Order: sequence, then C-alpha cells, then structure tokens
Amino acid sequence: MMSAKDKKVSEQKSALQQPNFNPDMKAGAGLHIHRAVCYIVLTFFSLLCLFFFYLLIINATRSHPEILRGLSFLPGGSFIANFQNALASPSISIVSGIINSLIIAVSSALLSVYFSAMTAYAIHVYNFKGKKFIFNFILIIMTIPTQLSALGLFNMSTQLGWRNTFIPLIFPAIAAPTVFFFMIQYMKSSLPLDIVEAARIDGSGEFRTFNTIVLPILKPALAVQLIFSFVASWNNYFVPALILDRSSTKTLPILIAMLRNASFQNADYGVVYMFIFLAIVPVMIVYFCLSKFIIAGVAVGGVKE
Amino acid sequence: MAQPVAEIKPAKKKGSIGTYKKWGYIFMIPFTLAFLIFQAWPLIQTFYYSFFEYYRSFPDWIGPNFIGLENFVSLFDINELNNVFQLTLNTLIMWVAGFVPQIIISLLFAYWFTNVRLRLRCLGLFKTIIYMPNLIMAAAFSMLIFTLFSEVGPINELIKLFTGGEPFYFFNYTGSIIGVVGLMNFLMWFGNTTILLMAAMMGINESVIEAAEIDGATGSQIFWRITVPLIRPILVYVLITSLVGGLQMFDVPQVLTNGTGNPGGTTKTLIMYLNENISTSSNYGKAGAISIVIFVICAIMSLIVYYGFASDKTEREANKAAKAAIKAERKRRAE
Repeated sequence: MMSAKDKKVSEQKSALQQPNFNPDMKAGAGLHIHRAVCYIVLTFFSLLCLFFFYLLIINATRSHPEILRGLSFLPGGSFIANFQNALASPSISIVSGIINSLIIAVSSALLSVYFSAMTAYAIHVYNFKGKKFIFNFILIIMTIPTQLSALGLFNMSTQLGWRNTFIPLIFPAIAAPTVFFFMIQYMKSSLPLDIVEAARIDGSGEFRTFNTIVLPILKPALAVQLIFSFVASWNNYFVPALILDRSSTKTLPILIAMLRNASFQNADYGVVYMFIFLAIVPVMIVYFCLSKFIIAGVAVGGVKE
Repeated sequence: MAQPVAEIKPAKKKGSIGTYKKWGYIFMIPFTLAFLIFQAWPLIQTFYYSFFEYYRSFPDWIGPNFIGLENFVSLFDINELNNVFQLTLNTLIMWVAGFVPQIIISLLFAYWFTNVRLRLRCLGLFKTIIYMPNLIMAAAFSMLIFTLFSEVGPINELIKLFTGGEPFYFFNYTGSIIGVVGLMNFLMWFGNTTILLMAAMMGINESVIEAAEIDGATGSQIFWRITVPLIRPILVYVLITSLVGGLQMFDVPQVLTNGTGNPGGTTKTLIMYLNENISTSSNYGKAGAISIVIFVICAIMSLIVYYGFASDKTEREANKAAKAAIKAERKRRAE
C-alpha cells in the first residue's frame, strides 16, 4: 500500500524528470522485504528480553529434582510448595526483606518527589540572589556519582549509631538533583506564574499555594518521578549493603545477593528461583500496567536533559 | 471586575520581590540540609581520609595518621594486584562489551521505529518489551543469570546437548564473564537508549529527509549523512551518561563473581574495589583515594558533556539554516 505521501514523492520525482520509471513497484517489493526483516529482528530481540524471565517463571514452578532433570519450557506444579519453602527459609527472611524494601522505597520516593519539587518551585517562581548559581550547582552535583560519598556516609552512620537504621537510606533522597531537574523543566512548560499571582491576590499563603494549587498541576510529572524514584530505591544495592548488616533490617537486593554467598551448590533451586521471582515479577507486573506512562516519561526526560 | 485586578497586579508584583523573596530560600531549606548532611559532608570526609593511613588490623584500628599521597602512590603502582589501571581497564572492557551492541541496535531500532516509509506496527508492544529489563533489580537479574548459566542451569543443559554432557563453566573464565556482563548490560540498557534516540530522531524535520530522497539519496546515505549527524548531541549525551554509569558498574559483576572479581581480579571494577575497602578489608584511606580517582574521571567526562552541548547550539543553528535553504531550493524547483 502506497500512501498519499509516497505518491506525492513519486509525482515530484516525475516532475523533476528523473529517469526512474515506476518507482512505486520497485519500492513496494523492497519495502515488504525490508519490513519483514525489521519484524524478524525486532521479534528476536524482544524474545531475548523475555527469554530469561520466562525461564525464571517456569523454574519457579518446578521442584528441585525436576529442575536438575533438565530444561523445560512448560510449568511444573510446585509453585505453591516453592513459595511456602521460600517464606519458611531460616537463612533468608524474604518477608521482612520485602517489607524493609517497601518502607525505604516508598518513603524515599515520596520525600524526594515532594522536596525536590519544592526546590524546583523555589527556583522557578521566586527571584532571589544566587538563584542562577544554585541552579547550576545542582546541575553539577547531578553528575557526581553517589557512591563517592559512600565511605563518608558509612563512617558517619557508624559514629551516629545509624547503622542498621533506615535514616541514611531514606533522608538523602530529599536532595534528588535528577528529580529537581525534571520538575523544573516541567514547570517551565506547564506552570504559568499567573496562577501563583492569582492565588496570592486571593489571600493564599505561599505554602498553601504550593500544596493545594501547584502540586495538583504537577501531578503527571510527580507520578512519573515517583515511579522512577521508587524503582531506583527498590533496586539499590550498594549503599544499603554497607549500612545494613543485621538480618532483620536487610533489604531485598541484599538478601538476593546472599543467595550467591550462601552455599549455592547445596541450595534447593526451586526455592532459589522463587526468591528471584519474588524480587523481579511484582515489579514486572506493575511495569506492564503502567508501561505507556513510564515510556513517555523516559522520552521526555531524555529530550529535555 | 477585570480592571481593578489588573491595577492591583503590578503593584503587588513590585512588592512581591521584597516580601516573597524569603520564601524562595525557605522552600530550599530541606533540599539544602539533606544535601549538606548526606552528600557534601560525607564527600568531604571521603576525600579527607584519602590522605590518611586509616585501616583495621583486626581487631585494632590503625590511624588515622596523615601520610600525604601514599594511598594514591600504592593505588597507581602497577605492581600491586589492584592498581587503578587494572581496575579501570576491567571496568571499561565490561562497559564496552555491553555498549557497542547497545548503540548499534538502538540506532537501528530507533531508525526503524521513526521511519515513515516502513510504518511498522505494534511499536508500543516492542518498546514496552525492550525497555522492561531496565527496571529490573540488577542484583536479582544477576542472580538469575548466574543460576541459569551455572553448570547445572538450563543454558548448560543446552550446551551439554552439543558437547556430549560436558558443561561450560561460564564463571571460571575472564572472557565468558565479560561476555555475560556485556549481555546483561546490553539487555538492561538498549531499550532505554532506543527510546532516547527515537525521541531525537522524531525531532528531525521530515522535509530534510524528503528533500534528500528527491535528490536520489539511498536509505543508508540518508541514515549516515543526515540522521546521525542531526542527532549527534543526543548521541554524545548517551555515550557520556553510559560511560559515567559504566564506571560505576557494581551490582552485576559483584553478584556474578561473589565480590571476588575472579579469575585473578580481572573482573573487579572500581566500585567493587571501593566496596571491598569499606566493608571487608576496612581500609578507609584506600577507599578515599579510589573515590577521588573515580571523581576525577567522572568530572572529565562531565566536562566533555558540557562541551558537547555547547556545540549543540551551533549545530541547531546550522540545522535551521540548512532547512531554510532546502525549502527555498524546493520552492524554486516547484516553480
């Protein structure tokens, strides 16, 4: 099928008197082959992305002897048994891991989105000395890897008795330069200053204006950043592994990495797969529900950065 | 009704600079405090310790004693097992193993996705699938890959079919570990890069490409001579952010090699060595020194980004001029 645009192009070609007769036919056959190649390659890489996770889901439903017997692409019947064994595991308390991870990820996502939006609002709306300098400074700290302050944070936490608490894992999220940057870009495009001005005339205090008028306008951007902040914190392994060494405070990534430490050879593989399943699949399900939203966020963030 | 408001507004605005200014500072207090306490102060401490002899010789602590640059000297000594050159090389090799396929496939996919003539279907589905690994917990993904590629895992079940029951020990050889790390980094990042490049390619004015088609340019000519140069700023951005991210590589090799960087420390990354010096061997002086080295490398990379974006402006102007010229040319031809 040639669209109007292609026809226009070919008309222009003949108008320019190019010696290329009947370009529609040639392009048509080539286009079909090209399209077929595209679909084959795209399907291959999509399947590659899903392949390992498919094996994970299948093996989480199979018992240890079944897994040792060989590869299978069909699910087994031991999902419930593996699930119960994983929950009952004496060495790895997966339930407390999930709860700890949820507490840290939810609170740090909320803090980082709220306070970074507030900081972006300060820079966007108010005129004060040093505003430009602060903006550039935040851009610069965005490029410093957080791992570099890990030694200092670890040492400080030890001295202040913050080891095995969530303080050094939750509160640093208040200062999130990437969220700040995303929010200020969003405000530039969708937060007219007239609204703030109008709220002032109506007698609204500055805090109230921000909380009840500005935040609802920012909702789409806040939601995207909430998801990304949550995922970043949920997946974070390096700093939590330093701060948390008591088993009751450990987060999910630390427990999963412990599977590797433990005598892996003697493990029940059904249970190992179940642990990984519990860490990966819930996030996957949420992702597939919100994917349109998330992918739009990736594209917007990228272009504006 | 409207008039009095319009009259009040400018008067208020004048006053607002004086009265509302303080709110700008107030709203920034939480961010500033969190930054100073949890990032700036720890960073200063980190740098401070790099000049000290400060380690644990169980159960006692040695130091902190000022030793100048000694930590750096031993870090840069190529006779040491974990010198900075070896660690940087390990990190970069593993990054390249993932980045090269990542940028090739992403360019290709972004080009296909945005190609008007191809008009592919199900783009939303493909995008959703290829972006998915990016959000997966790297530690769990690594553990999954380790289990699948272990000598009793399903990948080795397939290999055994060809070798007659002999498994391949993926995690015993530097080459195969690099391959596995590269594969994982590729899978985790090519969807993200594809979406970024797509957004950039959609920003290209279609008339530029149409004009090239009219002039008889082939598909590959259009791709290399028009598309790639026009998205160069985003390519630079992807390259540098990926490189800085790659220098921070930790979770994947840490879990795959159980933190050892075996065989022979050839898969130990810079951050793995930092982690080792903070937690297991408790050598804070060394940990501080390696942090400074990573800081300097990342600072250089970031400077390159700023230069990349400085040339972005001139490029955009050139792009505009080119478009205008093409339009004028087409008008003239049409007439």
